[in-house]
Amino acid sequence: MASITIRGVKKNYAKTQVVHGVDLDFASGEFVVILGPSGCGKSTLLRMIAGLEEISDGTIAIDGTVVNKLEPRERGCAMVFQNYALYPHMSVAQNIGYSLKVAGVPSAERTQRIQAVARVLELEHLLDRKPMALSGGQRQRVAMGRAMIREPKVFLFDEPLSNLDAKLRVQMRSEIRKLHRRLNATSVFVTHDQVEAMTLADRLVVMNGGRVEQVGTPAEVYSRPASRFVATFVGAPAMNMLEGTVTLDGLSLLGDSRKLNVSRTGLAVGAKVAVGIRPEAVRMVAPGTPGALAATVDLIEELGAGRVIYVDLDGAPFSIVTSETVHPEPGSTVGLQFAERDLHFFSAETGGRLDVFKASVPEPAL
Amino acid sequence: MVERTPVFNFFTHLILFVGFVFCVAPFAIVAIAASHNLKDVNDVPMSLLPGSDFWVNIKTAWTTADLGPKLLNSFIMAFGVAAGKVIISALTAFSIVYFRYPGRMLIFWLIFITLMLPLEVRIVPTYAVVANVLEPYQAIMDLTGLSWLIEKVSGVQVQLNVGLLNSYPGLILPLVATATGTFLYRQFFLTVPDELTEAARMDGAGALRFFIDILLPLSRNNMAALGTIMFLWAWNQYLWPLLITTDQSHAMAVTELKQLIPNVGGAPEWHIAMAGTLIVMLPPLIVVVLMQRWFVRGLIATEK
Repeated sequence: MASITIRGVKKNYAKTQVVHGVDLDFASGEFVVILGPSGCGKSTLLRMIAGLEEISDGTIAIDGTVVNKLEPRERGCAMVFQNYALYPHMSVAQNIGYSLKVAGVPSAERTQRIQAVARVLELEHLLDRKPMALSGGQRQRVAMGRAMIREPKVFLFDEPLSNLDAKLRVQMRSEIRKLHRRLNATSVFVTHDQVEAMTLADRLVVMNGGRVEQVGTPAEVYSRPASRFVATFVGAPAMNMLEGTVTLDGLSLLGDSRKLNVSRTGLAVGAKVAVGIRPEAVRMVAPGTPGALAATVDLIEELGAGRVIYVDLDGAPFSIVTSETVHPEPGSTVGLQFAERDLHFFSAETGGRLDVFKASVPEPAL
Repeated sequence: MVERTPVFNFFTHLILFVGFVFCVAPFAIVAIAASHNLKDVNDVPMSLLPGSDFWVNIKTAWTTADLGPKLLNSFIMAFGVAAGKVIISALTAFSIVYFRYPGRMLIFWLIFITLMLPLEVRIVPTYAVVANVLEPYQAIMDLTGLSWLIEKVSGVQVQLNVGLLNSYPGLILPLVATATGTFLYRQFFLTVPDELTEAARMDGAGALRFFIDILLPLSRNNMAALGTIMFLWAWNQYLWPLLITTDQSHAMAVTELKQLIPNVGGAPEWHIAMAGTLIVMLPPLIVVVLMQRWFVRGLIATEK
């Protein structure tokens, strides 16, 4: 159990900077997921916490102790790697117990602790096998056992589920969650899979291009994305984005071809914005309904429980998620309706969120 | 281009068979000659049907050339070279692949250069060094005037002299000091996933621990391959042992074979010479047979 404090951390490789100054606080016992596209610096950040990468600038402290200069073994972290990184020539028991062997724990105690870990992870019958003779899920469990046995203060997960098939991933996900509840160690989990991130996290850190875009609970990040990037990255299918300009009575969208009536937004007339609408917040109505945007149906994806309808809005792609059993013909015209409160506004220049429906929004200067 | 017609099969087998005969015929002739007596072996042409004196000839060759101790010498030397090579190669490759230090590439290329300087090329200076290992230091001290200074101050004349002629280290060390194995190991170490190294670091293993617990067990196929090749290579060394073993007690089996070759004017005892050849060929053959499985794996497959 330990808190992690990250202050102004940067990472340079030769002349390129890949992490541009990150400040984060992870509370003791928290399960934090760092989410971002590949190349956003999330793994680098994790590896700097682990001590596998040097910290170019800034400090990382675990439990108040700055660990910048400490060897990985002195930081009290354990890590689960993406490709498991099991020692191929050692049996499962030897793999799990290796850190204890290095630490000089007597053989009897070692066996006992390996047994205990194996029991938790249901690996008892596999202890004599070599990693080669294990399935992906079993290897993953061994990798977790190897991390667990050290009783670390901090668990680090580097995309540990990305090599598993879809079904196993869901299963391991809940196992990791259960394990965390049981061990209650501070955990940092890096992933590019948003479903994994949403389901596992106490708190979500969304990273892009070496910067932190947003920190918050999964619900916060989903319902109030702090930037255009977060809005489109979190959620599947992605949030619809329409470029527009603020007008006197609302918005003109898509190069003035569409008008959208919204109540006064507090934005200056003429300001360029991007308007986001979650696909599941869109309702399909009969074409010609007052206030609805007309669109042409492109494609329907059946998901069983619901369906995704891709439509074309004057050349802009737009998706709708609905659980209603509607099957509009591709090529037909439908009307799209959404509530004002479901709209997200982002600055067209900076991509930052514009909070326009707050009560405190001042009267627009007309 | 996979063709399976009877005619094609016949031709491929024929080519294989010709190649096989080509390779094996010399050995067969050696073995047959070793089984003849003095008269039959000198018949022209020599009969290709085996004679009946095989064991007699083997025994004669063994005692004439005193092969017992010579084989032991050869074995010690070949084993020493193989073991030394494996250890040195693994360590140097470990250093080059896993550590970042100034001058690393320079050292890498220096090692590389030794590939272009086999023992035969540098045999004279190497002989000088083996004759007196401290010779270079003596030269440095003489040149810098250090030995003169010491002589003036203490009255002792500096004469460093440690000779390795007629000794196992003298036989083994110069043959160990080349780079072939370093590259084999380097290529192997580069295929070991970085995550394994990192996992070991997270598990708290230091560099040496990682080397011993993880890298060495993973590279045992490589070790077998390199060890086998080096054993054969050292066993077959001729020039170097001939040069530095003036004393019979350190003579090698391969160099001593010449004892069995008939002198001008002597009896043409080719059957004895051939028998001796067979004996000397046997240990490398055994090593290859025993190590073959590992050997092949080490050269072709990367363990996954």
